[in-house]
Amino acid sequence: MKGISIAMAGAAALAASAAFAQTPVKVGMIVDYTGQFADTGNQIDNGYKLYVKQHGDTVAGRKIETIRKDNGGMQPDVAKRLSQEFVVRDKGDIIAGFDLTPNALAAGDVSAEAKKFMVVMNAATSIITTKSPYMTRTSSTTPQLNGALGTWAAKNGIKKVYTLVSDYGPGLDAVAAFTENYTAAGGAIVGAAKFPVATLDFSAFIQAAKDSNPDAIYIWTPGGTQPAAIGKALAERGVDTSKVKILGQDELTGVSAIASMGDLSIGIITAAMYDFSHKSPMNEKFVKDFQDEYKRMPDIFAIGGYDGATAIYKALEKTGGKADGESLIAAAKGMTWESPRGTILIDPETRDIVQTVYIRRVTKVDGKLINVEFDKVDNVKDPVKEKMKAAK
Amino acid sequence: MSDASVPAKPPAEFLADGARWRWAEIAFWLAATLPYFVAQDYLQLAGQVLITGLFAMSLDLILGYAGVVSLGHAAFFGLGAYACGVASKWGWGEPITGLLIGGAFAGIVGYGASFIVSRFKGLALIMITLGLNQLVAEAANSAHGLTGGADGLQGVHTWDLLGYFHFDLYGVTAFWYILAVVFACFLLTRRMVHSPFGLALRGIRENSTRMVAIGAANRAHIRKAFVIAAFMAGVAGALLTETTETVSLETLSFQRSADVLVMLILGGVGQLYGGVVGAAIYMVARDRFSDVNPQYWYFWIGLLLIAVVVFLPNGIVGGLKKLGGYLGRAGR
Amino acid sequence: MIGNIIGVLYDGFAYGMLLFLLSVGMSVTLGMMNFVNLAHCAFAMIGGFVTVTLINNFGWPFLATLPAAFAAAAAVSVVFERILFRRFYRATDLDQCLLTIGVVFVSIAAAAYFFGTTQQPVRLPDWIRGVVAIGGHNFGVYRFFLIVVALAITGALIFGVEHTSFGARVRAAVDNQRMARGLGINVDRVFALTFALGSGLAGLGGALAIEVVGLDPQFAFTYLVYVLIVVSLGGMGSVGGAFAAAVLLGVSDTAGKYYMPQVSAFLIYVIVVALLMWRPLGLFGKRHA
Repeated sequence: MKGISIAMAGAAALAASAAFAQTPVKVGMIVDYTGQFADTGNQIDNGYKLYVKQHGDTVAGRKIETIRKDNGGMQPDVAKRLSQEFVVRDKGDIIAGFDLTPNALAAGDVSAEAKKFMVVMNAATSIITTKSPYMTRTSSTTPQLNGALGTWAAKNGIKKVYTLVSDYGPGLDAVAAFTENYTAAGGAIVGAAKFPVATLDFSAFIQAAKDSNPDAIYIWTPGGTQPAAIGKALAERGVDTSKVKILGQDELTGVSAIASMGDLSIGIITAAMYDFSHKSPMNEKFVKDFQDEYKRMPDIFAIGGYDGATAIYKALEKTGGKADGESLIAAAKGMTWESPRGTILIDPETRDIVQTVYIRRVTKVDGKLINVEFDKVDNVKDPVKEKMKAAK
Repeated sequence: MSDASVPAKPPAEFLADGARWRWAEIAFWLAATLPYFVAQDYLQLAGQVLITGLFAMSLDLILGYAGVVSLGHAAFFGLGAYACGVASKWGWGEPITGLLIGGAFAGIVGYGASFIVSRFKGLALIMITLGLNQLVAEAANSAHGLTGGADGLQGVHTWDLLGYFHFDLYGVTAFWYILAVVFACFLLTRRMVHSPFGLALRGIRENSTRMVAIGAANRAHIRKAFVIAAFMAGVAGALLTETTETVSLETLSFQRSADVLVMLILGGVGQLYGGVVGAAIYMVARDRFSDVNPQYWYFWIGLLLIAVVVFLPNGIVGGLKKLGGYLGRAGR
Repeated sequence: MIGNIIGVLYDGFAYGMLLFLLSVGMSVTLGMMNFVNLAHCAFAMIGGFVTVTLINNFGWPFLATLPAAFAAAAAVSVVFERILFRRFYRATDLDQCLLTIGVVFVSIAAAAYFFGTTQQPVRLPDWIRGVVAIGGHNFGVYRFFLIVVALAITGALIFGVEHTSFGARVRAAVDNQRMARGLGINVDRVFALTFALGSGLAGLGGALAIEVVGLDPQFAFTYLVYVLIVVSLGGMGSVGGAFAAAVLLGVSDTAGKYYMPQVSAFLIYVIVVALLMWRPLGLFGKRHA
């Protein structure tokens, strides 16, 4: 009798685990596939797809099924609806993607209410991860990169800086973090200007910056067409990057930005979490696979998607395939792994990413323009959340 | 075209005739409740379709009935959305009064704008409305402190409806709430277009010079219609704010102004139902196309628009009415 | 300060020339046929992608790609005009808007499919990217090139419109289409040629714009607003008006960014609203749509 009941229990367990293995884990990839930010969204998805291709679509015995949804621009109402639909209609498990802050914030509400694990793969405003206790991030935060750059600049002989940033949230966050760390370490700001988000012609702004005679001009733009336009304005206004340093964040010298700027980009110094030229065997393989697959270079968006997929896979491995929000976020906290960009850690307290910030200079190597890493700041946490903690 | 062939009837009788409820209309509104009964998974989409439909209907009031082509109507949608959102952030998240706050704010700004708008027509009117829209959007972007700028307004929280119905994750409360508000606005609009005032607006659209000759106060009529349209657009914006608890600059954008115009023309201008039908067709098509093909769905939407112009001039509702007319005559 | 003014005028004028090339075709075709072609910038985008492809994939020199960009945009546009658009000259403005915005959507998706969503990188020859210093001011060579090309085209257009028989027919068709038909002018053919010419110029503008503002599939939509502003401010059907409006827009946009960065985003729209309230038909316009 006992034997039979054990056998029955065993069979039931077997059947349950078989059923468990048959239901896939659904990942909702919500990014901008069209519109002004289409390239960002597509690169995030490329990085994600590459990881899935390299590691197979099964993890901890469960199949990964990705459902892709187009956010179509800075539309939090749509982001919210898409993530609700993913949870309610698609019976989804993991909310992922998000290239833009407002969209990530809106989806964060859904993650919190539905208790779903959420992985932000690009959006970089500090507060995003505070929106849901089930959220983590695999990109970077704007203050993380720019704060590190500010400290580095002050310590490396740059005495006077003129700041020039895009006049909207992220730009203001960036310049605030840069300025705070830079002045705290002894630097002086000699002028500050903000340009409208839609600016396409920077001649006038660059001229005004140049006229104030700084050691360096700190520039922050959200990417897109602007880096190229800035490069052109720098050349036209005769800014010599060996005398007046240009400081900025990764996207100022991103892959397509350098390509369209050409030699004008030489000498620009940027802080970044990743560049395809990073020297490590893992990265070399990543870059090669990426190029074979998509005929282009990976960028910071692609690495955000790639590490986002890594986070999802590793967390699922730890939970043995359990895909509820509680289990997955518990697994993700404190997780650390070797990424093509170096070692990264999910902060067990804030669930945000901790990583090395690289300081690079655009240099011509064998006739090609590369962001060459020449310095780095290790183990950088998001300064805003550190401050929040200190305030408590 | 159909307006020119209106049979000569006493005006009151003509209006009463138009105001009579038709079976197709009753069927339409009954069908609008269907998502709850047959497609619960699509309630969020259905809600946003209705909101956009209301927004398009408000544009139809000035475009379809008064002939005022506006490429800046999102200004009022966004103002309503922000007014309601800011009130909620400051601690007043009651939904029904929230709608009135949004609508009233948009209506007041619309009243100011109506003095400019009613004086112009043609391309100048289109570009002036576009320019005013961009000025409002830029102002919202500049006022970081109040609007949250490009990050969107944070801290919007909507109270339970009537203190009892929570706005749930499945969108059930939101759906019924939106449907009720949109239907109420529809009744108001319907009443208006079948009133002497609505007739006067159509007269202005068809021949503004002759209307002046018979003593109509054209500009005053247009101003009145414009303020009502702004109010309703504001209510639509406030509805979106309350049911999604988000507000972004996108609610004020040129893109939204252009989208709603496209949806209205797609549905049919000056047909009362064109806005809601256009929004439904456009947004459902977009949802389906982008589900199949998130990267290139624009292609199929583009083809849809071209096909509608080629096969159904005057939009879908206009085309269907014409079709109904043929069938009716054939049956006789 | 004076030096700044010269620099701002120079940059703004060059930017205005770009806007002029992108807009002049739309102004003339709108004035002639009352046909609202929102797909105008989609044709401009074709020019841009032709230039990018010829330089990057076939190694053509930049200058040689410009006539190709013109020809390709003109050819594609005339195919659309003959097959699709001509059937809708009598349709309502709103139907025309819907039709041509449909074409824009298709073009955006097609461009993303064939070229990807990335910013198209283009390397121009070094001589054209340089800077020349005159009297202590730096002048970008590329902008100078832009100005020369646009002025030459403006000259040719004005001469063509004023002094050739084709130009006379175009003017007649713009002024009074019915009367022109009555006089035996084949307005359809004149229009098809004008349409091709206008789109070709937009294609050229699209190719020249890459170096200044970049190129991606959104181009067809992004520049539509600027083109509409130029057309409305200049007055429909007026080459001179489009030129003046483009210069005004280019200079005021640039000057605003230099002297008043805080309000520069407002500036052009304030100008648009104020100018159109003052002159609803545009600076040189004669009649309504």
